[in-house]
Amino acid sequence: MSAVLEVRDLAKSFGGIRAVDGVSFDVREGEILGLIGPNGSGKSTLFNCILGQLPASAGEVRIDGSAITGMRPCELNRLGVGRTFQLLQVFPQLTVRENLILAGQEHRGSMWSRLAGRRDAGLGAAADKMIGFFRLTALAAENAGALSYGQQKLLDVAMAFMAGPRLVLLDEPAGGVNPTMLAGLRERLREINAAQRATFVVIEHNMEFVMSLCTRILVLAEGRIIAEGAPQEVRNNPAVIEAYLGG
Amino acid sequence: MRRFSLPLLLVVLIVAPFFLKPYGLYLLSLWVVMTIAAIGLNLTLGYAGQISLAQGSFVGIGAYAAALLTTMGWPLWSAFLLAIALSLVIGWVLGYPALRVQHHYLAFVTLAFATLVYLLLRNEEWLTKGVYGISGIPRPVLLGWSTKGPIAFYFFCLGILALVTAATWWLVRSPWGRAFTALRENAIRADSLGVDTRRYTLMAFAIGSAIGGIAGVLYAPLVQFIEPNAFNLNLSLSLLLMVMVGGSGYFLGPFLGAAVSVLLPEWLRFGSEGLYLILYAIAVMVLMAYCPSGLLGLAERARRLVR
Repeated sequence: MSAVLEVRDLAKSFGGIRAVDGVSFDVREGEILGLIGPNGSGKSTLFNCILGQLPASAGEVRIDGSAITGMRPCELNRLGVGRTFQLLQVFPQLTVRENLILAGQEHRGSMWSRLAGRRDAGLGAAADKMIGFFRLTALAAENAGALSYGQQKLLDVAMAFMAGPRLVLLDEPAGGVNPTMLAGLRERLREINAAQRATFVVIEHNMEFVMSLCTRILVLAEGRIIAEGAPQEVRNNPAVIEAYLGG
Repeated sequence: MRRFSLPLLLVVLIVAPFFLKPYGLYLLSLWVVMTIAAIGLNLTLGYAGQISLAQGSFVGIGAYAAALLTTMGWPLWSAFLLAIALSLVIGWVLGYPALRVQHHYLAFVTLAFATLVYLLLRNEEWLTKGVYGISGIPRPVLLGWSTKGPIAFYFFCLGILALVTAATWWLVRSPWGRAFTALRENAIRADSLGVDTRRYTLMAFAIGSAIGGIAGVLYAPLVQFIEPNAFNLNLSLSLLLMVMVGGSGYFLGPFLGAAVSVLLPEWLRFGSEGLYLILYAIAVMVLMAYCPSGLLGLAERARRLVR
């Protein structure tokens, strides 16, 4: 299987702090890779460097074999790389449906055709389908800001999939979501993974969620990868237990 | 109620001039022109979330384009073309600082720009006649219809307002409007969803400024004499006030805000002697303190309470 995402010797320093300290890994097509580690281990910074939200201090990132260094997030997104953020990020004053249309509209036509063309950019049906898939149908016309936290979290994840991305980086999708909704979210992610051959990288603190969803896990501590393997191996790895429990 | 408010407003606007004295008609025409300028700022600020303290400068650029061209014998439509082109380009360039700084920093950058435009209008006498101003600005003749009289010119302005309103309505309801809103609410998230926030920011400035330019092209023949002081920072600030008072990001906000800003002080003037500006200032302060989303935000809150 070929690598969708290749990260080589990626590093990011903030002043004297090496938040990401020479990280290398591959993500294979169709894989669900978990990225775990204690708070402050550099997981979110790693995401931000991969996706161009932060400039990396050193290293290289390749998508499908081509370097993406210096690309802006919107350009990457149009290449088929989606993401969600650790903190909830929906557009509260747009309706659920509008949020989803927005998440797909820039992938359609040109700037000018979007001005002259249809209001929903031809995405109304696709948005409704996504709303149904994530069980949000009753809320479609509500402003996103009026939804509960868990519902907004679902919408946030749904938006990342609206443009049919090949690779999605999810930063703590389970944070603050109740157990029932979480089980639903896991099922949705599995279905999309299977149906679209979409590749995921998931940062998560909820061990049960990440161990049951992911096929492979990377453990980050103090900006470095300290362990890698199947969920069972990682769970029993002494270095991992040390990183989580020790200082 | 909403369904009837627009047609009703339209009827009032069409009938009103026949019952107004010349000064009232002038104020109503001024309201039309200021509404257009505020619509432009509402697009930049209210929808796209980019603050500008330079909208008055674009009114000035439009007004000087109209004054210079029409006093040289060119038709007014050529002034529209020139003003729109100039404001689009200058507005686009003014958008670049917004890619680096936001909020009050951006306010200061645009404030500096407003000062720069004012100084150019005042000091470049070879072009603008400086503080002497430009007088004798003619009103246009359209296909044999002279807009020389105040009522005719008012309807001409109203027609342009209708065009600007329709175009803006289309724009804010298109995917562009959605992208502008996303830019305002969360630019980083919008960027991660493929929204080219850089280009939309520049577009928001360019289009909003161009609409300001259109207002200026009408302002010059309305007052028929312009000088730089009409386009100093005060105009930009009062346009900002119109957008905020009416309700930033509400489609009808500029209409209401301009009415408050142009008509309310005049109305307060009767019976309050010298106190009317103080009363006006207090009213605005109270509104901004208790309802930062403006009059339409207040109306929405009231509607929700009733429900």
